[in-house]
Amino acid sequence: MSTHHSRAAGRLMISPAVILLLGWMLIPLGLTLYFSFLRYNLLMPGANPFVGFENYAFFFTDPAFGAAIANTLMLVGGVLAITIVGGTLLALLLDQPIWGQGIVRILVIAPFFVMPTVSALVWKNMFMNPVNGLFSHLARVLGLQPYDFLSQAPLASIVLIVSWQWLPFATLILLTALQSLDSEQLEASEMDGAGPVSRFAFIVLPHLARSITVVILIQTIFLLSIFAEILVTTNGGPGNASTNLTYLVYAQSLLQFDVGLGSAGGVFAIVLANIVAIFLMRMIGKNLDA
Amino acid sequence: MARAVSGRRKAAVTVAAWAVGLVIFFPILWIVILSFKAEGDAILSPLAVLAADWTLESYATVQARSDYFGHFLNSVTISVGSTLIGLAIAVPAAWSMAFVPGRQTRNVLMWMLSTKMLPPVGVLVPIYLIFRDTGLLDTRTGLVIVLTLINLPIIVWMLYTYFREIPGEILEAARMDGAGLRAEIVYVLTPMAVPGIASTLLLNIILAWNEAFWTLNLTAANAAPLTAFIASYSSPEGLFYAKLSAASTMAIAPILIMGWFSQKQLVRGLTFGAVK
Amino acid sequence: MGSITLEGVAKRFGEVEVIPPLDLSIEDGEFVVFVGPSGCGKSTLLRLIAGLEDVSGGAILIDGQDATGVAPARRGLAMVFQSYALYPHMSVRRNIAFPLRMAGLDAAEQARRVEGAAKVLNLTDYLDRRPGQLSGGQRQRVAIGRAIVREPKAFLFDEPLSNLDAALRVGMRLEISELHTRLRTTMVYVTHDQVEAMTMADKIVVLRAGVIEQVGSPLDLYHAPRNLFVAGFIGSPKMNLVSGAEAARHGAATIGVRPEHIALATDGAGMWTGRVGVSEHLGSDTFLHVHVDGWPEPVTVRADGEVGLHHGDRIGLVPDMDKLHRFDAEGLRIA
Repeated sequence: MSTHHSRAAGRLMISPAVILLLGWMLIPLGLTLYFSFLRYNLLMPGANPFVGFENYAFFFTDPAFGAAIANTLMLVGGVLAITIVGGTLLALLLDQPIWGQGIVRILVIAPFFVMPTVSALVWKNMFMNPVNGLFSHLARVLGLQPYDFLSQAPLASIVLIVSWQWLPFATLILLTALQSLDSEQLEASEMDGAGPVSRFAFIVLPHLARSITVVILIQTIFLLSIFAEILVTTNGGPGNASTNLTYLVYAQSLLQFDVGLGSAGGVFAIVLANIVAIFLMRMIGKNLDA
Repeated sequence: MARAVSGRRKAAVTVAAWAVGLVIFFPILWIVILSFKAEGDAILSPLAVLAADWTLESYATVQARSDYFGHFLNSVTISVGSTLIGLAIAVPAAWSMAFVPGRQTRNVLMWMLSTKMLPPVGVLVPIYLIFRDTGLLDTRTGLVIVLTLINLPIIVWMLYTYFREIPGEILEAARMDGAGLRAEIVYVLTPMAVPGIASTLLLNIILAWNEAFWTLNLTAANAAPLTAFIASYSSPEGLFYAKLSAASTMAIAPILIMGWFSQKQLVRGLTFGAVK
Repeated sequence: MGSITLEGVAKRFGEVEVIPPLDLSIEDGEFVVFVGPSGCGKSTLLRLIAGLEDVSGGAILIDGQDATGVAPARRGLAMVFQSYALYPHMSVRRNIAFPLRMAGLDAAEQARRVEGAAKVLNLTDYLDRRPGQLSGGQRQRVAIGRAIVREPKAFLFDEPLSNLDAALRVGMRLEISELHTRLRTTMVYVTHDQVEAMTMADKIVVLRAGVIEQVGSPLDLYHAPRNLFVAGFIGSPKMNLVSGAEAARHGAATIGVRPEHIALATDGAGMWTGRVGVSEHLGSDTFLHVHVDGWPEPVTVRADGEVGLHHGDRIGLVPDMDKLHRFDAEGLRIA
């Protein structure tokens, strides 16, 4: 197909996408970088002098920064742990012959399609609310004191909410990977005398390893940017207890209107995400060549 | 796992699977139930809730008090709008990469995917300021622009994978049969690609509908889609569980239905081919 | 009408020369088979003739006209692909009609030709089905039908039977041969299966690594293979090839004799003696693998189906001296 004529047509057809994405990349990014070197506060009109790395210094020495980093790591780590382990177990379960498998799959997949604000608010109010939530009703039935999830364990509560949303994603990916496992391999190992645990450890798990890695990388990129769930439940609080990096930058930019400071934070967030992205792109690249 | 399994084992596993499935699905089930209850009943203990009368009053109130339908339309506009525009840009790009690949095609594709990995908070400030200064803040147009750009990589990627699956021999057969480039695209390629295009469309509408960063930060009263509307319940007045449930049920129902048809596309679209 | 001539045709993929300059002429109406092991370039050669690949050198002439730079559609050739390459979204009728539509024939003429082809190929009952609803053999026929309606100068077949199961393959082989007899159109057929080549071809072209090893009728290749490669490739089971002292005795570096040209010594004393190893009983024939004393490799001997020899029995072998082939140190035939 690759004739001279069709190559020219090909270049033409791809240019809108390339131009738009290039613009999307360079312009806002460039501006963020630029703003990060200015003292620029929307509430204080006037000159926006160049201040070098001052914003960065403020950002990194802000006590909220340390808390935000720790929270981000705990948030990502917590959700990853729950979704990977839970997803693997669920995938193993759903791979078995079951009656009504189609419906069970739908039940398990559903949370991923619920918009983040709905799921966060439903968990916050209908489940975790210490007065009217289901958990509190349950506690009272068991004779326990209702637990104020979002005040006393805000980060953990958010981990729970986000894990509920992302568990289906991990399950679906791992189930797909599991179903691509050649059953003949498992049968051969069974003939060789391997019990279920050995089969899992030596055949299933290595096969899943690649997919688990992909799930970790992709989820990490999205989990670094958790925002809506924090916004509608705790607003980052109490204090900074549930503020992650994204929320911190948001707060500085749009709540405190400190554009310079927020931009510095934004640059940092980009660098962090890029590190993860490099690993993910390598895995994707390997697959594109395959 | 195609071996016959004992009936007892299958029953046990079935029970376990259904139990887990229902537990996971329960929150969704619960809000659907609460949506059909009166506000006063919605905060009662679970058994009392179930025993209470069923009613449609919460649905009525949601619409009457807060123009639910307007927000719904906003969601529809921005999801469908950004998807259609995205398709218009992505289809030619994916054609070009799938059928006239050059030496740089792989790199261009990977670069496009990498733009999806940009944390939105990294460009929040400039986008906000640009939109403010150009009057795009709190407009559906502005949201459509942003959503098109952030989802374009996924649309291109998915279309690319679908186009690549069209067997080259069929296109060669068309060429041997006398079809020129235009005939080849119109009579052979496009009909075969329609399922792929439809799947991509579906997945993208879902992603745009549920997007909850830009829709929350760039809108106020005018262009707020359902994500933002629901978020307003985070500072409610008075009893609101039933209304929240009614609003939520209506907000998520279309997507749940679309999602059930899109499972395979989800794997393809969001793992960028790293999982088969 | 359908003659094809290749003059110095060569093909390079990047740095690799897959087909060194090659000459071949195909007469009008011939059934020519390109045969050879995987990777020998037979499919590439076919695609060069079709125009689906550009030649890196040389010229392709169709009916005397230079077709080297001409687009596939305008060469007047039709191709049947290994995977059939049917249009999945079109019915059988529209699949077969597609080339006619591209050529701009009016609806009535299209219908006439489609019905005609369908009758020849027993597809009339399936015209409104989709490829997905057809069996492998039926799909193959639709692919052939799509080629027939174009009334091409030559048909090109790219391993068309590879995707069919063994029983179907035999039946389709006959159908294609009959088609050729009926249409009398040139057919260029690519296969790795030497049985297909032997049974269907007027002329066989044996290829190895892009080079034509021999061109000739099936029996020519059978009786007078020009080198060791062709000798070992044509004929099933393979010709027995022996080198070393025994070959030297007959004045050659390697001698060859086919299993069917070795008789069993009735009195126990043959030219070669050895022990019977594995015997393969087909009922109609028995193939004995005999370990001749002092030879490294066993010799395959075809015997009557009734022969009652057992593993370990001593036996004498009497090769037909008229059918003994001799090859020199370069592997070429000694006349």
